[in-house]
Amino acid sequence: MIYVQMLLSFLQIGLFSFGGGYAALPLIDSQIVKLHGWLTMTEFTDVLTISQMTPGPIAINAATFVGMRIAGAAGALAATLGCILPSTVVAIVLAKIYYKYREMSVMKGVMNGLRPAVVAMIASAGLSIMIQALWADGVVSFAADKMDFIAAAIFIASLIVLRIFKPNQIIVMAAAGVIGGAAYLLL
Amino acid sequence: METQKLNKLKLFLTLFFSTLKISAFTFGGGYVIVPLLQKKFVEGLGWIDEEEMLDLVAIAQSTPGPLAINASLLIGYRMAGIAGALVTVLGTVLPPFVIMSVVSVFYIAFRDNVIVSAVLKGMQAAVAAVILDVVITMAHNVIKDKRIFPVLIMIAAFAAAAVFDINVVFIIIICGVLGALFMRPGKGEEK
Repeated sequence: MIYVQMLLSFLQIGLFSFGGGYAALPLIDSQIVKLHGWLTMTEFTDVLTISQMTPGPIAINAATFVGMRIAGAAGALAATLGCILPSTVVAIVLAKIYYKYREMSVMKGVMNGLRPAVVAMIASAGLSIMIQALWADGVVSFAADKMDFIAAAIFIASLIVLRIFKPNQIIVMAAAGVIGGAAYLLL
Repeated sequence: METQKLNKLKLFLTLFFSTLKISAFTFGGGYVIVPLLQKKFVEGLGWIDEEEMLDLVAIAQSTPGPLAINASLLIGYRMAGIAGALVTVLGTVLPPFVIMSVVSVFYIAFRDNVIVSAVLKGMQAAVAAVILDVVITMAHNVIKDKRIFPVLIMIAAFAAAAVFDINVVFIIIICGVLGALFMRPGKGEEK
């Protein structure tokens, strides 16, 4: 029963969270914390913190975390499945429509309008990650005590390496983790 | 027939392991996966061109649920139909699922570990660089066609998202409608 409940709860979270991980937060809050009481507010905040520290979408992380703590591995599976089921179905339907009508002039127009917007939204997401990485309190300032110079150095070095040598990005991120981690611990 | 089967198997394995590896490194929200997918499938494997990749990301954003899952799924679907979509979803879900399952057991120790947080802080700065790198390449491609409309849309959408914090759903709808009205092929704007 708990498995069905979890599946249904996360099905709603998956179905109604449009536009990126943070859109899922109020839904997770209302379903998981307020409605079912599967997490306390403190645990919910912890899930967010850990989600920042582990790879993957917040909704998936929350689903796995809640499922695991409330009903073990089977619970985690049910919650995660619920979370991805709606998007899987909707995405496949939209993809079918896109590939069927992509040669139509209206569809081409829509996509011509969307492409530059997508670039802009990726840029916007990148900007918030950059601000978060370089300024601990989220306010852009070049004062010596406000800016994280280790992060700034890693950011600039990574960008130069990426632009010039075009290496595998995963290697750059892993190297930044090792070098940056050592710098934070030692300096 | 045998070689066809073998090629199909190879395709599924490549889809699975590529998304698995990429997903394990998408720290900090769904958009981070886009540059990684772009690098692998557009530049590395050359399976999808950049324009189609942007279309797939646009579709992923128009779909509810996590962007990272949707984007991988669409690439899988594009390459190998519904079976391909299931393979890439599995590849994308597995790393966070496994990591989170383990972390949920001793999460307080993980959350408060100084080494973990130092490494992650270092990585976050590189993640920002990875996104910026791809944005530079993509924005350049929008600008180099020297058409005013796409550039205006790009600037307006950036302002809407970054400055005014407008929900992406609205940005998508408005830009899609503008495109349908003013950017259809043969309207003078488009090739």
